[in-house]
Amino acid sequence: MLHNLWLIPCLPLLGSLINGLWRRNLSETSAGSIACAAVGLSCLGAIMAFCELFSLSPPERSVEVVVYQWVTSGDFQAAMGFWLDPLSAVMLLVVTGVGLLIHIYSIGYMHGDAGFQRYFAYLNLFVFSMLLLVLGNNFLLMFLGWEGVGLCSYLLIGFWFTRQAAADAGKKAFIVNRVGDFGFILGVFLIFVSFGSLQFRDVFGSAAQQLVPGGAMATAIALLLLLGATGKSAQIPLYVWLPDAMEGPTPVSALIHAATMVTAGVYMISRCSVLYLLAPAAMAAVTLIGLLTALMAASIALVQTDIKRVLAYSTISQLGYMFVACGVGAFGAGIFHLVTHACFKALLFLGAGAVIHALDGEQDIRRMGGLKDQLPITYATFLVGSLAIAGIFPFAGFFSKDEILWAALTEGHFLLWLVAAIAAVMTSFYMFRLVFLVFHRQPRAGEAPLHPPHEAPALMRLPLLMLAGLSVVVGFIGIPIIEGAHLLRAYLEPVFTRYPLPLEALSQTSHRPGLEVVMLLISLALALGGIFMAQYLYLIDVTLPERLSTRFQWAYRVLLGKYFVDEFYNYLVIAPIKRVSAWLWAEVDVGIVDGTVNQAGAFVWRDSAWLSRVQSGFVRNYALSIFLGAVVVIGYLIIR
Amino acid sequence: METLLFWLLAVMALTAAVSMIIQRNPVHSALFLILTLLSLAGLFLLLSAHFLAVIQVIVYAGAIMVLFLFVIMLLDIRRTEAAPSRVKGQKTLGILLGLTFFLETILVLRSEDIRDLTAAIAVAPDPDFGTAVGLGRSLFTSYVFPLQLAAVLLFVALIGAIVLSKRRG
Amino acid sequence: MVPIANYLVLSAMLFLIGVMGVLFRRSALIIFMSIELMLNAVNLSFVAFARLWNEADGQLFVMFIFTVAAAEAAVGLAIVIALFRQRDSVDVDDVNLMKG
Repeated sequence: MLHNLWLIPCLPLLGSLINGLWRRNLSETSAGSIACAAVGLSCLGAIMAFCELFSLSPPERSVEVVVYQWVTSGDFQAAMGFWLDPLSAVMLLVVTGVGLLIHIYSIGYMHGDAGFQRYFAYLNLFVFSMLLLVLGNNFLLMFLGWEGVGLCSYLLIGFWFTRQAAADAGKKAFIVNRVGDFGFILGVFLIFVSFGSLQFRDVFGSAAQQLVPGGAMATAIALLLLLGATGKSAQIPLYVWLPDAMEGPTPVSALIHAATMVTAGVYMISRCSVLYLLAPAAMAAVTLIGLLTALMAASIALVQTDIKRVLAYSTISQLGYMFVACGVGAFGAGIFHLVTHACFKALLFLGAGAVIHALDGEQDIRRMGGLKDQLPITYATFLVGSLAIAGIFPFAGFFSKDEILWAALTEGHFLLWLVAAIAAVMTSFYMFRLVFLVFHRQPRAGEAPLHPPHEAPALMRLPLLMLAGLSVVVGFIGIPIIEGAHLLRAYLEPVFTRYPLPLEALSQTSHRPGLEVVMLLISLALALGGIFMAQYLYLIDVTLPERLSTRFQWAYRVLLGKYFVDEFYNYLVIAPIKRVSAWLWAEVDVGIVDGTVNQAGAFVWRDSAWLSRVQSGFVRNYALSIFLGAVVVIGYLIIR
Repeated sequence: METLLFWLLAVMALTAAVSMIIQRNPVHSALFLILTLLSLAGLFLLLSAHFLAVIQVIVYAGAIMVLFLFVIMLLDIRRTEAAPSRVKGQKTLGILLGLTFFLETILVLRSEDIRDLTAAIAVAPDPDFGTAVGLGRSLFTSYVFPLQLAAVLLFVALIGAIVLSKRRG
Repeated sequence: MVPIANYLVLSAMLFLIGVMGVLFRRSALIIFMSIELMLNAVNLSFVAFARLWNEADGQLFVMFIFTVAAAEAAVGLAIVIALFRQRDSVDVDDVNLMKG
């Protein structure tokens, strides 16, 4: 498998082409099977590759397979090559594994939709792009995958493009991402200028020599790449597209906007850990952005009423945690949270999808209630996911979130830990607010759904169950405190220590088991506290939320209005651009371009009118013109 | 002697030509044209083109102009061009061009290459020059092909004239 | 001896008079006659040059011009007759269907 790494991305590409080109000839069953088979075989390949890689000794776990030389232009070379090391192997498993489950789920969810085949073509194309991003061995290939996932995000968000809101959301996602990509590509340019090559091996290998630690070039590169990451991973300032992206089908939200695409930024930062470690200022920026985003998004999620919006802001918040981890130097912790988050966030989204499916499209949580008994499996899995994200032992989120909090405390600052902890409380609060409102409380009179909700079909239940299982066990690859029990950290460590770095750039993991246990217990207590607060507000004293929102009306409105960031961007950026565009259209396009063409036509029209008078019809005039010609020719001959 | 004849014939030709184009009555115009042709015949004689002079009188003045007169009388055309001309710019531009043409002619004849050429003719021509014998000899040997073509042309003109002037139906 | 230039000037002037006749007269017959005048002026030129260079070819060419003039006169007059039958007038300004 290791020598045929190219199969892993290319199989979904093939599936996408088949589904895309023969859309009208394939039945739902065929299209779905082809798509799932493609990703399934990819997943199989990923597992095989992982095992083969694992069989190598840790220092050797870095396999580079070049398929062909893509660009050879003077000094610039870029290959179509794939690099498998522990980091990309982990990402591979996440993308193909979660991807496969979501493909299976989608067969049930999208049943009956007119664009069924098109959906799977896009979904496979997305998996291909993501795999390209993760496996690429140079920045150019990574950028190709980066853009590809952006494109597929646009296509899938605006999947039901006849809806204005969906079309707008797709545009917004693509354009905001574009701003980030602009930063990314500038960073890549700077890398090329500094290193003369875009291969990871060359760049990371010589980073310590070429870049001055803490110098302007290193910081510039890191910050520009960070801009790209904020776009792709929905952090401040480019997160505004993710809540709108919920217009797309729910499995899309699960795959792209929870488990995979949005994690591309985190992956990229981890992959370029060498560059970031050489630019402490940029690392600080990463941390700050992550922290602020985590807090801000969590606060917005407290009051949202659309089930998918809550999950969207939750995703933004959790991605902030991953950024915090990377920012303080604990890249492994960031990846760990990425893995666990993929499992439980996908689970939560799919569960939300099951709820929406059961209620025939209802997404407002104020109109839901009591689904615990009517949708038992959905409830059970959703509960597992919520416990996981809240960080309750022994579910996955407990381990990963805790590691981030520990890193924030020890490798960062106490304040970092404090803010992160507050966000954690908010997380468990808003998640269980969701659980209690949707599943537990009795719907008020007159708010019951139109007809009794039915449990999801088998194809949708299976992934839910599998993801729930994963959410329970996957945490155990990162057991803290006990020496040698943190499997993931051990596995990933060679990746981050591979390339030589000046000593001061390296981060130190401290080892204070006593303090760590105490912090663990505090986190657990905070999480449980959040749950109990939610229980109190939504199950016990049900009028309290309303009284609080009236009492703190100003704060409530700010949160509900999402801090009015969209309006601010509109005022600052979008409206002026629209005005300029309108002006350009009127003056340049209509006035100059159209005007020139019209003038040319009018010119011909006008001049032909008076030129045609030469043909007077009178023979004598024609004789005159002949004579004129003769005189002119003779005159010319005389003069010569 | 020759000079006198030349000037006489020249003046006669010019006057007749001018009169031709300013007459209102077409018959008068035709008659003046005949006078011009006769003057030209005289000039041909001066230039030792004996045969051509005779042919001019017999064919041109005798046949073609008679044809013209027949047509004028057939169509019974009286005085013409009572209404003013509708064509714009004809007169002015025409006169202008005419003057320009005349100027050009003078310029050409005054130019270096032509000036000495147009000096008096010194050498006497061959005895056969300009006679029927001389012309006939050239016509039927070097120029036999154009001769045949001219015959075809006359034939075509004959047919054309008949066809064009047939009454409809 | 008369210089050839005289003959050439005379020929040019006759030609010019013929052109003026073509341009300024409206009757088709007058126009035809003016054309004949032009042809004759050219004949004079040819004969003059034939005499100058002692070549009989100039006169031969005049013969051909005669032929062509005769043919042209015949056909042209036939056209004038046909035109007269149509419009009852030989004014060439009436023949303006090719306007525009």
